[in-house]
Amino acid sequence: MTTDSARKDWMLAGGFALAILTMPVWLTPIGASYPDLLQKFAIFGIFAVGFNILFGLTGYLSFGHAAFLGAGSYAAMWAFKALSMNVLPAVLFGVLVAGLFALVIGFISLRRSGIYFSILTLAFAQMSYNLAYSVLTPITNGETGLQLSRSDPRILDSLFGTETGAGLPSTNLFGVEMSGYPGFYFCAVMLILCFVISMRIFRSPFGMKLRAIKSNQNRMNYLGFNTGPYTLAAFVISGMYAGLAGALMVATDPLAGAERMQWTASGEVVLMTILGGAGTLVGPILGACIIKYCENIFSAFNERMLSNAFSLLPDPVQHFLVVVINPFVGEGWHLTLGLVFVLIVIFLPGGLMEGIRRLSRIRLGGPGGGAKDKAPLPGMAEART
Amino acid sequence: MSILKIEGIHKNFAGLTALNEVNLEVQEGSVHAIIGPNGAGKSTLLNCLVGRIAPDAGTATFAGRSLLGIKPHEISQAGVARVFQTPEIFGDLTVFENVMIPALAKRDGDFRLNAWRRMDSQSDIRDHAAEILRDVDLLSRGGVVANSLSRGDKRRLELAMCLVQDPRLLLLDEPTAGMSRADTNNTIDLLKQIGERGITKVIIEHDMHVVFSLAHRVSVLAQGTVIAEGTPDEIKGNPVVQEAYLGGAH
Repeated sequence: MTTDSARKDWMLAGGFALAILTMPVWLTPIGASYPDLLQKFAIFGIFAVGFNILFGLTGYLSFGHAAFLGAGSYAAMWAFKALSMNVLPAVLFGVLVAGLFALVIGFISLRRSGIYFSILTLAFAQMSYNLAYSVLTPITNGETGLQLSRSDPRILDSLFGTETGAGLPSTNLFGVEMSGYPGFYFCAVMLILCFVISMRIFRSPFGMKLRAIKSNQNRMNYLGFNTGPYTLAAFVISGMYAGLAGALMVATDPLAGAERMQWTASGEVVLMTILGGAGTLVGPILGACIIKYCENIFSAFNERMLSNAFSLLPDPVQHFLVVVINPFVGEGWHLTLGLVFVLIVIFLPGGLMEGIRRLSRIRLGGPGGGAKDKAPLPGMAEART
Repeated sequence: MSILKIEGIHKNFAGLTALNEVNLEVQEGSVHAIIGPNGAGKSTLLNCLVGRIAPDAGTATFAGRSLLGIKPHEISQAGVARVFQTPEIFGDLTVFENVMIPALAKRDGDFRLNAWRRMDSQSDIRDHAAEILRDVDLLSRGGVVANSLSRGDKRRLELAMCLVQDPRLLLLDEPTAGMSRADTNNTIDLLKQIGERGITKVIIEHDMHVVFSLAHRVSVLAQGTVIAEGTPDEIKGNPVVQEAYLGGAH
């Protein structure tokens, strides 16, 4: 059985890697294959996968993960300015700094649970956001944001005599520039690595203990587990994922601003995870892609585009459809997202992955409810895909 | 030889005395029942022993080690397991997982990250869990999500979760509360079967049928004080107990 389930996992990882790497091909028909959007899919996918390790496995709902996204961005930006334009040191530095930041915030916030934990994390993130605009301006460059400059020391680049040209240098991976598709493929490889690590955590004793903490933390204590270090470890790992996402943001677009730490960014990752399916492996990535797709595609629609789209219909019908749909696109795309979110939470509390599971159950002709209390493997409820 | 020794435990709640100079000694391998009317302080005493409530005064030693001032997980790691009045299980996990988790606590201690190896490759844990589930007759339901079990089976599962840790002392807080007569009898049989493992048990129970079926010794608490202690037969015939607890009807 061990070999069998391990093989299934490697097949899942292989399938996932193939799907991610071929996104530029199969997303073309829906207009989502341009590099900027693909990079966002991968970066926010990493952010959501990491957030899911905390929220999906332990049930601790953090409203402050944007703080780690921002910390990762600033740290990576400083690595570009001080060390090298190569993305590897920047990514490493971003992950490390975000991890340390998460260790401090997690150590304090995890002294409480439930709504008090959520409020504490939100407070820390807002403090970070405001500090970035005020007293930390020498580090963050305040409202302007941290940017590259020709006068930056870049010690490693100077040491190895790397040529930077006349203008501002570009981020690169051993000479390959990180803009456009190369940038996407770098982010995609990172996403695949993050997915595999997340899958291993889900299937490990650590993952099972985290799920048990979510189910009944009191019982865990009375069974002899010191639950504090487990939740802190999940918090730090999750923060490091956010730091990686932040570092990749500046690797593909070298500008770090404080708005990345704002509460809306923390709320966005919560939406992504719940929309796709908290506690599932693929769900948060699906949620991240859908939200970023809506943000980029629906927000670009306007009345004229809608009129063109319905131009084949009779005038009154065309006019009616344009009037009805117009508030849901363009600047109003948040209304579409909000409605989708409300419908998902009401009808599919397990997110889109629950919908997919239900559909596959119907397709296979399996029992609608009888199977739901059975584990997919004898004795082991494998963490859901 | 006594394994649990409670001396002078005292606890006040906002001026109300819940426990007043409670002294108790439990012999290793025995089944010791604590009975008493509602509000006698039985559950408070148990909560003092597992680190949930800090007593105002007194000592409680288990196998020579103080149980006071240490955290619940440390008490559990010392060899004390607890069964709650309402079964405390991991409702979202399968029966098998519910038993594998405490087996991990027994093997790895209170913290070991172990975030890379697959759970299903831990054959020692799986085998141990399967053995215990067989003992409590739940092996065939190993793949079932625990929340879907009946009340009686949830109690069996909770017992299995305790047994897999091979505790030296098992504290049971009204283990048959809310059960049908058939489930109660099954639980009595199961507890007798556990008795063969030599685990010391302290049972808090209202149901006299359960107490007199299992206990070697009985302590009677009333208004936070131990008013009598003896064998079940001695307690049955004790007029003070009949007056305070059984209301003279027994």
